[in-house]
Amino acid sequence: MGEEKLLEVDMGIGGITTTMRPREVGDDLHSETMIVNMGPAHPATHGTVRIVTELLGEKIVDADVEVGYLHRGFEKMCETVDYNQVMPYTDRLNYVSPVINNFGWCHTIEKLLQIEAPKRAQYIRVILSEISRVSDHLTCLGASAMELGAFTVMLYMMEARELLWDLLEEVTGARLTVSFGRVGGVKDDLTPNFAEKMKVVFKGVRDHLVNCDRLLTRNRIFIERMCDIAVLTAEEAINYSLTGPMLRGAGVNYDVRKAFPYSSYEEFEFEVPVGSKGDNYDRFLVRFNEMEQSLRICEQAIDRLPEGPIIVDDPHVALVPKDEVYNSIDGMINHFELVMYGVKPPKGSVYHAVEGGNGELGFFVVSDGSGRPYRAHVRAPSFIHMGSMRKMLLGANVSDLIPTFGMVNMIGGECDR
Amino acid sequence: MVERIRSVEQLQEALAQSCGELISKAAVELGDLVVEVKPHDLSAFLRRCKEAPALAFNLLVDITAVDWMDSREVRFELVYQLLSLSTHSRLTVKVPVSEDSPEVESVVQLWSGANFLEREVWDMFGIRFSGHPDLRRILMYDEFVGHPLRKDYPVQGKQPRIALRSPEVENTARNMRRPDLVTIRSRRSSGGEQQSA
Repeated sequence: MGEEKLLEVDMGIGGITTTMRPREVGDDLHSETMIVNMGPAHPATHGTVRIVTELLGEKIVDADVEVGYLHRGFEKMCETVDYNQVMPYTDRLNYVSPVINNFGWCHTIEKLLQIEAPKRAQYIRVILSEISRVSDHLTCLGASAMELGAFTVMLYMMEARELLWDLLEEVTGARLTVSFGRVGGVKDDLTPNFAEKMKVVFKGVRDHLVNCDRLLTRNRIFIERMCDIAVLTAEEAINYSLTGPMLRGAGVNYDVRKAFPYSSYEEFEFEVPVGSKGDNYDRFLVRFNEMEQSLRICEQAIDRLPEGPIIVDDPHVALVPKDEVYNSIDGMINHFELVMYGVKPPKGSVYHAVEGGNGELGFFVVSDGSGRPYRAHVRAPSFIHMGSMRKMLLGANVSDLIPTFGMVNMIGGECDR
Repeated sequence: MVERIRSVEQLQEALAQSCGELISKAAVELGDLVVEVKPHDLSAFLRRCKEAPALAFNLLVDITAVDWMDSREVRFELVYQLLSLSTHSRLTVKVPVSEDSPEVESVVQLWSGANFLEREVWDMFGIRFSGHPDLRRILMYDEFVGHPLRKDYPVQGKQPRIALRSPEVENTARNMRRPDLVTIRSRRSSGGEQQSA
């Protein structure tokens, strides 16, 4: 501060003066920090997470992000059931796009078994995954927009999501916990009029997206709340292990679908939207533009949907057709063996990643040769993104916490497992 | 289709050249390169993986562990997944960690993303990371007894009830503050150049 210079200040009452030290920047009035707790059940944090913030006025000077409120022991539970029985558990990871989790798990086990799902199954996986991705982004953006006051956008997006979920329901029979993946393929074929329905639904979704685009993308209030908030540069984003829209928002072109194509993604033409600054607005734009790309992939896949089986023809991996089970001894034995002991991959460990709604969704599985995973681990993008929350929040305003948390799109089930 | 610029064999060669002496085992498993590293070489190895231009594994994808119980001599195995964004290649690093001294060096200095991941491994397996700035439990609560993903922790294990905590005193950000944040005040007065957000 240098040497003390004292000022004579006229107090304005009857010529009384007092001496005081001149104020400098950062040397403001007597103040102390305040602890403000958010969550685990806060209306603005859609998800059970606790953020303890230390505030100086409105600035966040420290934050402690506490996750784990939705921990259900996914990895421990996986060790107690067979490979196909894990499917319902994976539904409950990222419950906004459960299909992607299902197929991520299937791909991992297939890699371990060194088999590949039939072409038609791969295409069905692509279609359903991309529909889920759109619904994931719609939920994320809709909820975030609502928290910033744009309630109409949320309603439009929920309506669009409803249309997409009708489509998913048509195929899977469920809306949320679909359990549609099977090791070696998928549970069911697409319904005969799926392509027609998809056309109608996509038109509806696109109409809603146009409306949302008009309401949000150039909205002054929205931009002011999003732009230049929670900036992570490309180096920082990589340093914090971010993937998905968070990493692409920072300008790094990394998409698992392009970098390590799985499930025939290399056969589709799509672009990977990339941001430039790495702020919340970039993350929003990346997510928004990804939705159109996902719809494009679906349309290409449905146009070129190959004929053929939807699950591998291997009685040790997939259930045999029912008429074989009831009419032949081999079929009966195979069915019994598979139901009782499950798929038995050879000994070994494998890591496989798919592009989830939030980023690289990886599964690490260790097999000891038995019907149950010896160890199953999920590389959950939400969890890793929450690790960068503190970095993004330091120095931001309290009000910035809401859009930042929205753009991280923390999904409790996936983050806490 | 984006080609993998570097094949697994090329990667193995590059790895052997730049840090071959640190690798105790290397194999290609199901198309992925898996290397085994001794615990005391781990942080040097990972640093070279990140910084050597021929390798450039700049993204730490994942850290997890496996509990082998009695089936192996060394009970735990840490598993690091690395990714190179420039060449789109992956590397799996396995590190055997003994039960008697379950401790390895933290890599938070190399990748900030390791912070949460290492906390999770500590929480779930009880493997300590020396030099970690803030090694607390993350998914479980502080009073939890044991480490749930160890194989000797029962699936239906019961935990004792915990005493009522006073959240204001115990769990504030100030009390949880890491040593690197003690300078926060000077950061504030020096103008928020790094905090312009």
